[in-house]
Amino acid sequence: MRQDMTIEPSMKLADLIELNYKLLDVLSRLGIGLGFGEHTIAEACSVSGISESSFLLICNEYTFDGYVPAPELLASGNAEDIMRYLHNSHIYYMDREMAHLRSSLESLLVPVDTAQKMVVEKFFSDYKAEVKNHFDYEEDVVFPYVDALLEGKNRNGYSIVQFEENHSNIDEKLNDLKNIVMKYLPEVCDPLLRNDVLYHIFYLEEDLHHHTLIEDNVLVPMVDLLERKSGKEVMK
Amino acid sequence: MMNTSGRKKVALLVPSVLVARGFESVFTDLGEFCVSGVLSDLGNAAEVRMKLGGADVVVVDPVVFEYTLRGNVRSVISQYSDAAVVGLQSISMSDEAWKQYDEVVNIYDAPPVIIRKLRSALSSRTELPKLEGEELSAREKEILVCVAKGMLNKEIADYYNISIYTVITHRKNITRKTGIRTVAGLTVYALLNNLIDYSAIE
Repeated sequence: MRQDMTIEPSMKLADLIELNYKLLDVLSRLGIGLGFGEHTIAEACSVSGISESSFLLICNEYTFDGYVPAPELLASGNAEDIMRYLHNSHIYYMDREMAHLRSSLESLLVPVDTAQKMVVEKFFSDYKAEVKNHFDYEEDVVFPYVDALLEGKNRNGYSIVQFEENHSNIDEKLNDLKNIVMKYLPEVCDPLLRNDVLYHIFYLEEDLHHHTLIEDNVLVPMVDLLERKSGKEVMK
Repeated sequence: MMNTSGRKKVALLVPSVLVARGFESVFTDLGEFCVSGVLSDLGNAAEVRMKLGGADVVVVDPVVFEYTLRGNVRSVISQYSDAAVVGLQSISMSDEAWKQYDEVVNIYDAPPVIIRKLRSALSSRTELPKLEGEELSAREKEILVCVAKGMLNKEIADYYNISIYTVITHRKNITRKTGIRTVAGLTVYALLNNLIDYSAIE
């Protein structure tokens, strides 16, 4: 991705998408629809009620490899926005992407013999369950904790460091599925359907990678900042 | 400061400071190689990984290893590095035990001989993958079947009467060749390649 550009609030949404068309999904998860005409990032943010800093953090992380957010930008961003984005992404992955991938995998496996079909389908189901488990932990433990922190409530001994430490990899099985589909499914499988599934896996792999980066490089330091603030207040 | 850019990196796994300094001095005089790290034992795994990780050649004095492990030095090193492995002949061992090395350097070798041997170790190593091919070997397939059936490394080692390090090396190679990292993924691979029956999976 181009490193010589920066994303600014005055930039037009259309130019943003020209810079990195993969942000199309990001926009829809943030509730910003297409048909935005000449709207700038700043205008879109104010209409959809997301802070400009949060928007820039997410788009930068998504666009520039190795992006490390500046402390000022993190401090002016809003953890609620980031969580809303992550929550919408979870729904998008589970309801849409996984369902889509499952159905294209099913069509691909039609000509394959039953035992082989069963083992691949079971592998996919296990992967899906693993991802759901991973998301559920964030939805049930991490997000409510951050919400409580934002409301200035008791921290109950939990800390975002624990999340960071337990943030497991969910990319291994997807990588395995990619290799299986690309290299090891029998030749009876339709080549175009196979490409279809592969494009999908590559897309999902990259998207989940950015998702994890936003959690680790944006949400975690933001919450760390909140924890320190609330720690100081307790000290007073 | 010696200019070491472009030189091949040599990690030394030797307990003797004199020997380590000796290698450094030979490299300073003759160039081509440089010492990228010195270790006197394998006590600290993180340090070992760091020092052996980027090396092109690892020179090992077998005395670093306990007597019973000296036949397995190669597979221990391969856990940390894909570098060529050169044995340092500081002690006498059976010919068999020296065979695992890409080259053997004697402590009485003249400096140019040492350089020539390191060079030859390096070239034997770079040629290796081509000779070996990327298909799984018969042994790797056997190990893969065990993994797919849910056996643990220790159980596989006992079953074939090989060391656990050897099992780990095989598993690393299986993953490198197939690109598949999880046990569940390897099970799918084994079934798709007719290495196991559906009934063998729990």
